[in-house]
Amino acid sequence: MVIQNIIFFILAAIVVAGALGVVGSKNIVHAALHLVAVLAGVAGLFLLIAAEFLAWVQVLIYIGAVTVLLLFGIMLTKAPMGKSKDLDNDSKIPAYAVSAGMFALLIALIVDAFDSSKKIAIGGAEASKTLANGQMSILGNSVLYEYVLAFEIAGVLLLAALIGAVVMARKD
Amino acid sequence: MSLNYYLILAAFLFCTGIYGVIARKNGVLVLMSIELMLNAVNINLIAFSQYQQMPAGNTFALFVITIAAAEIGVGLGIVLLITRNLRSPNIDQLDQLKG
Repeated sequence: MVIQNIIFFILAAIVVAGALGVVGSKNIVHAALHLVAVLAGVAGLFLLIAAEFLAWVQVLIYIGAVTVLLLFGIMLTKAPMGKSKDLDNDSKIPAYAVSAGMFALLIALIVDAFDSSKKIAIGGAEASKTLANGQMSILGNSVLYEYVLAFEIAGVLLLAALIGAVVMARKD
Repeated sequence: MSLNYYLILAAFLFCTGIYGVIARKNGVLVLMSIELMLNAVNINLIAFSQYQQMPAGNTFALFVITIAAAEIGVGLGIVLLITRNLRSPNIDQLDQLKG
């Protein structure tokens, strides 16, 4: 369990540093690259608690597709390459206040509701065999039996988003 | 592995995303901050799912990732349109409804 904690803190440091880079960077391309670090760290965190299918979905869709799409967006909007002072607006102090207040509230609630005796058990004797073994088959059954209607609606939604994006971005 | 490590990390990521959405001016950077917030939600869903040993949280996270992909596509289309109409991707210039 100790090695798991060490890996967690390494990944958490990567995620925190990357997140601060995304919101603090003066260079918009660097912000996108920091986002890659955050997404990769989150994929590692998913692997650490044995959610391996979601970890690879995260790598394929977020790092593979969303980041490339964001970089295309940066290029198409003719964003300033290199350092720019025009990325933040005047409401920095209210933003600090809102996010710090939200963080304090969430920390108070989490510490109150979930003490550190609640453990995510992975692979130990106390872990049940349901999710630890054969994660993908269980997840597939869950998607295609229990949530099949939501699955179909997600397909229609993706089609609608595809057509909507094409119609909006078309030049005429 | 304590459950609350994951919850606290997700809370931090979510609040960082909130800061980015409020403080950033460029539309693409706002979309990136929204991605941070969605990732924080995914961390929470999967941590609870693995804690309870139930697959529902994993399924919800899969749907969240699907919706995020759709959202980023449509969002970038909107930012492109804003850039084309206002000659700038800065979304604080969208104040035509201001009285």
